Amino acid sequence: MFKQKRLFELVRTVLAVLIALIVALVTILFASDEPGRALSLFLFGPLDSLRHFGNVLEMMIPLLFTGLAVSIMFSAAQFNLGAEGAFFLGGITATSVAINQSLLPVVHPVLSILAGGLTGALFCGIPALLKVKWNASELVSSLMFNYVALFLGLYLINYYMRDVDAGAMVSFKLADTSKLIRIIPKTRVHFGLILAALTVVAGYYFMYRTRWGYRIRLTGLNSSFARYSGIQTASVIILSQVLGGFIAGSGGAIEILGMYRRFSWQSLPGYGWDGIIVAILARNNPALIPVGAFFLAYLRIGADLMARSSDVQSEVVYIIQGVMIVLIAAESFLAHYRHKLVYREARKTAASGK
Amino acid sequence: MQTDFLSMNNITKVYPNGIVANDGVDFSLRKGEIHALVGENGAGKSTLMKILFGLEHPEEGEILLKGESIHVSSPNVAIEHGIGMVHQHFMLVPSLTVAENMVLGSEPRRGIYTNIKKAESETLELSRKYNLTVEPSARIRDLPVGIKQKVEILKALYRGAEILILDEPTAVLTPQETKELFEELHLLKEKGSTIIFISHKLHEIKELCDRLTIMRNGRSQGVFNVADVTEKEISRLMVGRDVILEVDKGPAAPAEISLKVRNLTVVNDFGKNAVNNISFSLRKGEILGVAGVEGNGQGELVEILTGLQRINFGSVEIEGENIAGKTIKEIRNLGTCHIPEDRMTYGVAETLDIEQNLLADKHDSPRFTGKILTRPKVIRENSLKLIGEYRIKCGSPLEEVKMLSGGNIQKVVVAREFSSDPKLIIADQPTRGIDVGATEFIRKRLVELRDEGSAVLLVSADLNEVMELSDSLIVMYNGEITAFIEDVRSLSEEELGLYMLGIKKQTDGEIGRALHV
Amino acid sequence: MADFFNIIFSVDFGYAVLRVTTPILFAAMGALISDKAGVINIALEGMMLISALTGVIMSALSHSAGLGLLGAVIVGALVGMVLAYFALNLKTDVILAAIAINLIAMGGTVFVLFMVGGDKGISSSLASKVLPRIDIPLIRSIPVLGPILSGHNILTYLAFLSVWVMYIFIYRTPLGLRIRAVGENADAADSVGISVRKIQYTALILSGALAGFGGAYMSMGYVSWFSKNMTAGRGFIALAAEAMGGATPHGAMFTSLLFGMFDALSNSLQTLRVPAEFIQMIPYLATVIGLVIYAANKTEQIKRIQAHQNREARKGAQEVKLL
Repeated sequence: MFKQKRLFELVRTVLAVLIALIVALVTILFASDEPGRALSLFLFGPLDSLRHFGNVLEMMIPLLFTGLAVSIMFSAAQFNLGAEGAFFLGGITATSVAINQSLLPVVHPVLSILAGGLTGALFCGIPALLKVKWNASELVSSLMFNYVALFLGLYLINYYMRDVDAGAMVSFKLADTSKLIRIIPKTRVHFGLILAALTVVAGYYFMYRTRWGYRIRLTGLNSSFARYSGIQTASVIILSQVLGGFIAGSGGAIEILGMYRRFSWQSLPGYGWDGIIVAILARNNPALIPVGAFFLAYLRIGADLMARSSDVQSEVVYIIQGVMIVLIAAESFLAHYRHKLVYREARKTAASGK
Repeated sequence: MQTDFLSMNNITKVYPNGIVANDGVDFSLRKGEIHALVGENGAGKSTLMKILFGLEHPEEGEILLKGESIHVSSPNVAIEHGIGMVHQHFMLVPSLTVAENMVLGSEPRRGIYTNIKKAESETLELSRKYNLTVEPSARIRDLPVGIKQKVEILKALYRGAEILILDEPTAVLTPQETKELFEELHLLKEKGSTIIFISHKLHEIKELCDRLTIMRNGRSQGVFNVADVTEKEISRLMVGRDVILEVDKGPAAPAEISLKVRNLTVVNDFGKNAVNNISFSLRKGEILGVAGVEGNGQGELVEILTGLQRINFGSVEIEGENIAGKTIKEIRNLGTCHIPEDRMTYGVAETLDIEQNLLADKHDSPRFTGKILTRPKVIRENSLKLIGEYRIKCGSPLEEVKMLSGGNIQKVVVAREFSSDPKLIIADQPTRGIDVGATEFIRKRLVELRDEGSAVLLVSADLNEVMELSDSLIVMYNGEITAFIEDVRSLSEEELGLYMLGIKKQTDGEIGRALHV
Repeated sequence: MADFFNIIFSVDFGYAVLRVTTPILFAAMGALISDKAGVINIALEGMMLISALTGVIMSALSHSAGLGLLGAVIVGALVGMVLAYFALNLKTDVILAAIAINLIAMGGTVFVLFMVGGDKGISSSLASKVLPRIDIPLIRSIPVLGPILSGHNILTYLAFLSVWVMYIFIYRTPLGLRIRAVGENADAADSVGISVRKIQYTALILSGALAGFGGAYMSMGYVSWFSKNMTAGRGFIALAAEAMGGATPHGAMFTSLLFGMFDALSNSLQTLRVPAEFIQMIPYLATVIGLVIYAANKTEQIKRIQAHQNREARKGAQEVKLL
C-alpha cells in the first residue's frame, strides 16, 4: 500500500506542476504579442546551448544549499524563514575572509566557506533560541532578522570592505586564492556544484541514516511522541535551525566565491525563499532536493531567457511557484481520489484474506 | 402506566473502526423525571446520548419524541426539539461573559449591535427562575467550575431545552458544589424539565434520581426504579463480566522491589490534588493492577512515573534510584518502558513507517547505530523480527502506521516497548479499543514478561483485565488508594465495584500493606 | 545628541510618526480580525503589495483615486478569500498557503506592472492618482498639535477610525461575538450552530480588505507610485504589533504607533552621523525585541501560575501529612 502512496504523491506533484505551468502558459499567451516565440524560449531556451544549460546548473547551486537548509528546519516543524538572511550574511562573511590577499589556495576558500557557514548557523540559531527560551514565534522573528541581516551586511560592506575606487557600492576584489575553480568549460559552473552535491548527499544521510536526523524527523512529526521516547525536543529544535543556518550560510559563501569578483548584492538575493519552494517540491526529502532545485533553476533561466529576447517579464515564474506550492501543500487536493485508492486497496487486501 | 415522553428504540451504532458502541439499546424517558444512565467506561452511555443530541448517527433504530418519530441530524435539530446537553468538557468561550455565552448563535440585536442589556436581563431572569445564580456580566474564565456548569445548564434552558442531558456533571465538582447542583436539578424537575443524568457515582444516583438504566458492553441491562434496587445490585449489573478472556497464568513469584512510591501528591491544572498522598511498592515478577474509574488520578500517576510530568511532592524510586530531576531518557535507561494511554499522541508518529516507529526509544542504542551512521540491516532485522513476533499485520515494515488497524498500532507500541528488556513495565490501558485477538496477545505477553522477572504496573479501567491479569491490586478513587488487595483471586467483582465507586474503603493499615515493608 | 532630541521633539517628527504608522495600523487590524477567528494570516505582506499595485493601476485607468482605493480593497478581500479557500477547503497549511501568496505577490506585481504599463519595477508611466489630504479646520490652528494631527492623507484618519470601528465590530456586534467564539473555542461555537468555516472565511476576507486599505495607502498616499516590494516587511511588522498589542484593537494601535515611531525615527535620523544601515534596522530590531518581551511575559505568567499551584500542592500535602 505504501508504494501506492508514493505513486499517488508523485501523481499529485506532477499534476500540480502541470496546472501551474498551464496557468503560466495561458498568462504568457495573454501577455505577449508573440506568444509562440516567448513560449519556446521559456520552455526550451535553457537547452539551446551549453552556456544556457550551464546557467541552469549555476543557479542550481545556491538552490541546493537553501533547499536543503529549509528542508531540515521544516522537517523539525520549525518555520524558520531565516535561510534568506543566513545566505546573505554567509556571503558577506565569506567576502571578508576572501578579500584577504595573504592566504594559501585551498585553505582560503575552505576558511571563507566555514566562516560563512558559522555566521549562518549563528543567525538561524537566534530565532531558535528565542523560541526555546521564551516561546517567541520563530516565523516572525526570523523574518525580521532577515531585514536586520540585510542592513548589517550592507553596513559591513560599506564601512569595512568597500572599494571606493570601484565606482559602485561593491567590496574589494576577492583574492584569486579564494575563488572556486570552474569545472565545465565555456560555462561558469564552478566547484560549488560538487560541494553542493556532496552536501545534499551528506544531508540525506544525516536525515535518514543518523540518530540526529531521526530525532529531527520524529520531533517534527509528533513532538509529544518524541518527548515520550526520551528525546530532548528543545535541543533538537535548536540543532535543526543551527544546522539549516550553517548550510544556508555556506551556500551564500560558495555563491560569492564561485560567481563573483566582488561582493555586489544590494538587496537580499531571494535564494532563501526559493529554498522554501525547493523544500516543498522535495517534500523535505534531501534525496529529492536536486530534482526540485533543477526544476526551479530551469524555470528561472527559461524565464530569464524569455524576458531577455521577448516582451514577457521573467516574474511570470513567481506565479508558477505560488500555484505549485499551494497545490502541493493542499492536503485535500485530489484527496478524494486518494480515498478511493485506499478504499480499493483495502478491499483487495480484504478479499485476498490477508 | 405512564406513557413515555421520549423513547429510543433498538439503537445500534457501529464506529468505523468496527467497535459496536450500542447494540440494540432501548431507552425511555418519562416526562418530569430524573433518569440516571450508568455504566462503566466504554459501556456506550456517551454514544447513546451523542445520538440523542445529534452528534452521532445510528445505523439502526428510531427515536420517538411525544410519540412522533424524529430524525436528529445535528445538534441544531436536537435543540429545536427541546433537547439540550451539558458536555463534560464545557462548551463555553472563556473570554466572553456569561450573558454572551448564553446568547451565542441567537443573539438579540439592537440595530447593528448585540443587545447586551437584553442578553443580560434575559440571563438574569432565567437564572432567577431556576435559582441558578450567575452573574451575567462576569467572564467565564474567572468563574469556578461549578458556576460554569450552571451557565451550561442555563444555556440549554435558554434554547428551550425540555430534556437536559448531563454528562457526568459531578466529576468536576466539589462535594459542596455537587450538593448545590442537586438542589438546582430538583427545582428544574419541579418546573417540568426532564433530566438524563450520566454518572458512575451510585450514592448520587440514589440521592437524586427516580429511575435508572444500566448499560454494559453496549447493551442495556434494564430499567429500574431507583428505590427498588440497592447499590450492590447496581454495581453487580454494571461491572459483571460476560466475555471472559482466560489468561493462562501461574502464581507469581515476587522478588525484590522495583518501584517504590512514597507520599506522592500531584496537582493538576485546576489546582486540584489529582493524586493525593499515595504510597505503594511494586516487586519484580508480579503484576500490580491499578483499578479505578477513569479520571481518579491514574493518568497523573503514570505521567509522574514515566517522567512526562515533574514530581510536586513525595518521592518515586525506580530500581533503587530516585527519579526526581531525571529526564525521560534517564528514567527509560533505568529499565522502564511505557505503554501510553493515548497511543496516537504519545505512542506513535502516524505518518512514519512501522520500522521507524519501532525504533523511537532505542534509535541511539549501539545495536542500531555506529558512531555516525545507523545500521539499516540490523534495523530491518529487528523490525521484521518484531513484526513476526508480535504478529503485526502489515504489507511491509515501510508501511505508514496510520494505515494499520487500532490493534496493530497498539502492537507496534507494545513490540517497541517490550523489546527493550524492561525491568519495569508501565502499561496504561494497554488493550483499550482494540480487537480481541490483539487484546489476548498483549495480555499473554504481559504475563510472560512477569514470569521473566519484570515488574508490571497495569493501569486499566477494564475490570475484566485488571482482575484477570493482576496478582495484587490497588484501587484508586478520588486520587487516593481506597484498597490494596494482596491476592486478587480472593476478590469478588461486587467488592471491587464498591471500592471503585468509593462506597467502601479499607483501613489505613490494610492499605499500608501495599508498601511491602 | 542634541540633534537627536531636536529631531524627536519636532513637529515634523510627530507628523511623520502618524504618516508611517498608517499602513502598519491597517495591516495590524487585518491581523487582528483573522487572529480573533483563530487563523493566522501571514499573507498580509503580499496582500498589501497586490493592493498597492491594484490601486495604482485602477486609479490610472479610471482617473479616479476613489476607484483606485475601491479596487485595492476589493482585490485585497479577494486575496483573503483565495487564502481562505486554500486553507479551509483544500486544507493547505495556512502558513504555507500564505507564503505562496507572498511569493506570488512579490513577482506577480512586477509582472503585471510590466504588462500594464511596460514599467520595470516602478510605475513611472502610469498616471496614477493620490488620495486627498485633509486639513481639519479647528485642529489645524492648535499650536504644535495642529501641524501634527492635521493635513494627513484621508487614509491615515481612516486607519485610526478603523481601530474604533474594529472595536465596535468585534466587541459590540453579533458577528464579532461569533468571530471571537470561533477563534477561542470552535467546538463551543459549533455546538450552538455557528458555522466555523463561514466565520473564518468572513474574517480572512475582512483581513484582506484591511490589508487592501494599507496597500492603497502605500502607493496612493505614502508615495504616489508603485515600486517593487514597496511594503518592505510592514505586513510582518503588523503581525508582531498585533500580537504585542495583546490582540486588542487599542493595544495593536499603540504597538503600531510604537513601531511607526521607530520607522519614522529611521527616516528622520538619516541626517545624523550614524550609519544609515543601523538606522534602517531599527524598526525590525524593535519588532523582534517587542516580540520577545511579549512572549517572555506570557511564558512567565504561565510559569507563575504553575509555581503557585505547586506551592498550594506542597501546602496541601503537608496538611495531609499532619493529619
